[in-house]
Amino acid sequence: MKKWMALAAALALGVSAGAANAADKLKACWVYVGPVGDFGYSYQHDLGRKAVEKALGDKVETAFLENVAEGPDAERAIERFAREGCKIIFTTSFGFMDPTIKVAAKYPDIKFEHATGYKKADNVAIYNARFYEGRYVMGQIAAKMSKTGTAGYIVSFPIPEVVMGINAFMLGAQSVNPDFKVKIIWVNSWYDPGKEADAAKVLLGQGADIMVQHTDSTAPLQEAEKAGKLGFGQSSDMIKFAPKSQLTSNTDDWDPYYIARVQAVLDGTWKSEDTWGGMKDGMVVLPPFTNMPDDVKKMAEDSVAKIKSGEFHPFTGPITKQDGTTVGEAGKPLPDGELLGMNYYIKGVDDKLPQ
Amino acid sequence: MNEQLLSVILTIITASTPLLLAAIGELVVERSGVLNLGVEGMMAVGAVSGFGAALLTGNPYVGVLAALFAGALLSLLFGFLTLTMVSNQVATGLALTLLGLGTAGLMGEAFVGQPGVHLERLHVPGLSDIPFIGPILFGQDLMVYLSFAIVAGVSYLLFRSKAGLIIRAVGDSHQSAHALGYSVVGVRYLCVMFGGACSGLAGGYLSLAYTPQWVENMTAGRGWIALALVVFSSWLPWRIVVGAYLFGTITVMGFSLQAYGIGIPSQLLSALPYVVTILVLVLISRNRALMRANTPACLGQPFVPDR
Repeated sequence: MKKWMALAAALALGVSAGAANAADKLKACWVYVGPVGDFGYSYQHDLGRKAVEKALGDKVETAFLENVAEGPDAERAIERFAREGCKIIFTTSFGFMDPTIKVAAKYPDIKFEHATGYKKADNVAIYNARFYEGRYVMGQIAAKMSKTGTAGYIVSFPIPEVVMGINAFMLGAQSVNPDFKVKIIWVNSWYDPGKEADAAKVLLGQGADIMVQHTDSTAPLQEAEKAGKLGFGQSSDMIKFAPKSQLTSNTDDWDPYYIARVQAVLDGTWKSEDTWGGMKDGMVVLPPFTNMPDDVKKMAEDSVAKIKSGEFHPFTGPITKQDGTTVGEAGKPLPDGELLGMNYYIKGVDDKLPQ
Repeated sequence: MNEQLLSVILTIITASTPLLLAAIGELVVERSGVLNLGVEGMMAVGAVSGFGAALLTGNPYVGVLAALFAGALLSLLFGFLTLTMVSNQVATGLALTLLGLGTAGLMGEAFVGQPGVHLERLHVPGLSDIPFIGPILFGQDLMVYLSFAIVAGVSYLLFRSKAGLIIRAVGDSHQSAHALGYSVVGVRYLCVMFGGACSGLAGGYLSLAYTPQWVENMTAGRGWIALALVVFSSWLPWRIVVGAYLFGTITVMGFSLQAYGIGIPSQLLSALPYVVTILVLVLISRNRALMRANTPACLGQPFVPDR
């Protein structure tokens, strides 16, 4: 039945996307994995789209498809945009990688941009944010603020992006408290507020007093607030949902990147590139540190400053894996390729990585 | 340990209640011979209406009522199309899901990112403070009790009252019921609206109690699970409770096991509620006589009076 629904939804979405059409404007299009109203990941991407509209005015028109399932549906959605005359198409989820590459091969004149993946082509650029930088700082804060020495961590799928986040968080936490523990629950969904809330309740019930999430809804943080515990937001600043609980939030800001890329197409200077921006580039932003004493705030701000200046890299070798082996050269950051393919936990993570 | 068990049980109750509410409504609809696949859409509209009404008035109970009426209103459209215009029920139900999800998204645009109004848990002085049992039996929110009351009511209505006899007659043989002088379409309208109201309530539970917020797609497929639970229950009300709580329990237990760090693959744990539901369904369906006795014979068939 779900399949039927997805199919029907794809058809309906397709129809609604076909509505607008203007002749000489550049058409820029976005494909989102969640609804723009998720107040998380897709919401932030859509803010970027709106920023493009605002910055480039009547030179562009934009369109988007939301709720596109990863897999074959995505291919249909992307191809639809390609046929409708989009000149640049942003596909914003890891699972859109292969569909994007496939469609791009058929439409060499259209520029494609895929977020959080690793496959490039002449007309496919890739971009991502160094979310792990924020997660390292979150780990430090968590270790300072936790009374039980245990954080609850709700995650979606075991892809390198997410594993990297857990490792960065734990490296940060261990830098403060070497015995810090993390309890991990995989909900196998990017976005299911109910399930995320259930997982949060279970974690809080088992003694975790800091809630961390790598899923897209505000539910886990709200549960932390309800239980009088602390937590971190994800993608957006979620302070309104947890005024007494949010410590900070790992926020994405895609606006400058999107504006620059669409401008590049307008100017004819677009090239297939590999962009991985962090705090330094303003792509990863931590909103004000709240609900913590001044010394913890100071430590967090210092870490942010060091990461921004390039003085410190969260993944500085050697890093000990869960199985005891080490990677990386002493004193040097792990190469980006190593990070982007990360498929192991570091030592101290008490969980088995689903394969 | 007791604390942990308590928190697990409380989590199971909140996880199961929306499924229970939506499924018990759909059971009545199907008993009258109508298959409404639009549960997911009605839940979404219920969720956004409940959230909006509660936010604007500041009263969660107004939200509950709004959710109920919104679900019923949307189901009225389904009733008009399938009962009066005699359109295909499966296609209309699917369309209702899409319409509901879309409408909810549109209605809810202004509510995204707004913290909502919580439906508080009740507190009965004395009783709610009994260790362990108190919070479970006397410390739930209103809708949890309501869900059980509805099940009891439906069970009584269907099998102990004349009205139930008529509903079942309409669902089993609409021509005979018609020949006896009962208004088949009228009975079905009422049942469809009851189902819509229950789906709306289920949606309202999501946006007022489960995760008090409005975000698009927050129903996340629960309407479809509710539909499956109706078949699982073989159209018997109390079995819906078993099905809904079994589903909720396995989901939450899966999370608990993960958090304990027991090395069971999480994908397996995520699939487990579905697998177990299917297994039990297969076991139940082996009793063919029982299945035949309970399946409404006219389920999904359009009714056009021959004279």
